[in-house]
Amino acid sequence: MSLDVEKLKAKGLYFLSPIGLLILWQVLIMAGLGDRRFIPAPTDIVASFIDITRTGELKDHVSATLWRVFAGFFLGTIPAICIGLMMAMFRPVRIFFDPLIGMLFPIPKIALMPLLALAFGFGDASKIALVAIGVFFPVVVNTYAGAANIEKIYWDVAKNYGASSWIVFSRIVLFGSLPMIFAGLRIGIAVAFIVLIAAEFVATKLGIGFLIWNSWNLLQVDMMFAGIVTIGLLGLVFSLIIDGIERLCIPWKAR
Amino acid sequence: MGMERRGAGIRIEGLRKVYPTTGTPTIAIDQIDLAIEPGQFICIVGPSGCGKSTLLRILAGLEIQTSGSLHSDSQGWAVQNAMVFQESGLFPWMNVETNVGFGLMTRGVDKAEIAVRVEEALKLVGLTRFSKHYPHQLSGGMRQRGAIARAFVTDPGMLLMDEPFAALDAQNRAILQGELVRIWEASGKTVVYITHSIDEALMLGDKTVIMTAHPGRIKQIIDVPFPRPRDVIALSGSAEFAALKVDIWRVLEDEVMRAREELNL
Repeated sequence: MSLDVEKLKAKGLYFLSPIGLLILWQVLIMAGLGDRRFIPAPTDIVASFIDITRTGELKDHVSATLWRVFAGFFLGTIPAICIGLMMAMFRPVRIFFDPLIGMLFPIPKIALMPLLALAFGFGDASKIALVAIGVFFPVVVNTYAGAANIEKIYWDVAKNYGASSWIVFSRIVLFGSLPMIFAGLRIGIAVAFIVLIAAEFVATKLGIGFLIWNSWNLLQVDMMFAGIVTIGLLGLVFSLIIDGIERLCIPWKAR
Repeated sequence: MGMERRGAGIRIEGLRKVYPTTGTPTIAIDQIDLAIEPGQFICIVGPSGCGKSTLLRILAGLEIQTSGSLHSDSQGWAVQNAMVFQESGLFPWMNVETNVGFGLMTRGVDKAEIAVRVEEALKLVGLTRFSKHYPHQLSGGMRQRGAIARAFVTDPGMLLMDEPFAALDAQNRAILQGELVRIWEASGKTVVYITHSIDEALMLGDKTVIMTAHPGRIKQIIDVPFPRPRDVIALSGSAEFAALKVDIWRVLEDEVMRAREELNL
């Protein structure tokens, strides 16, 4: 019984900060602080959010953005995990990729957009490529770190029991690095949204980024905020999805 | 695991391991000569840093000696040796059952046989009820039981144990020592057991090998004459036990002091 109360308290605390912020915002605007044309109240944002949801405009933008995020995320994540694991297993692979990653990781990926537009045109392909590149680096670095930091004793046990390279890979390295891989995926999904929204500002007529930029140009500030809120909600949904998958994939983790 | 199938004999001659550290190389162990009979339980005691773990890791094939030779007739066993580490080394992502079967799985033993042998091993160490648990759900003592089961189940030529109970509290250690003696007496395996506790060496082993510090050499080998089967708790309270413990402490004392002096430099 007391456990339920504790849980309820935790839930309350969880929602306290966002709801509190919204209430404060609404109160300040209604008190006349700030120009409502430039800083809309939360109720104005909700109204325009409902509006573009009803017209179907939001759905088109969201589905365009989601498709690019999904496709880019998978295209970037899968090679990143493979290469990260290989780097931990085989020294030559690590030596080969180390300087490349060190050099390319710090480049702001949005700087590649013109180049990618040149290569893939202004359609979805260039944005998907951008997301894939953006996602690749945090995932590869985390995967490698996870696999390389597997405790020595597990390698010793594997060696002592004569495990083949395949068993070491499939039963030890892969599982041992899963917690860090998931940490990488979390960063990856955030990076995916960051680079994609920025790319959508300029290089497209569809997507949440376009919605935001276009609303700004038309001085429809409430619409702009509706776009920003949408990204926040999508981010939350994605993080919950990754949480769920992690729970399924890492049942041994003490929670 | 019947009495008819005892462990392997081991002959160690002139074993030496040098680590190429900067400046003067570190001699971990030197001039190690030791003959271990099939089915013997050998305990190696020595001060911290005397290279006893290095010796065990060489026996396990985890490190290669700088010079000297190792002969063992463990080729007759499918698994030549199995090691039990200080921390259990159970994989956190495998449940107890899968962990215990690991050494069989790596050799491609078929699943049905693994299941049967693992079940038997879990029964032996009293973990049957916990076969589906993950290591983090177990106490330190239970994890160490799992590690022992994982080693015994492979039916190895020799069992190598590196202070397996050092991290346990005194009560759990006493219980597990008793169980290890019981399991070992039934199996007849050759065991090389590293410890820094004279008590433990006397309770468990047939012979106690005392090592010197820096470099690790064999100082003396003492026969432990207590009859089998042993009741370790009763044994540890006996006068003969206390007398032998004092004898060994006299031999070990100089080495421990010398190791401490070197550290204080």
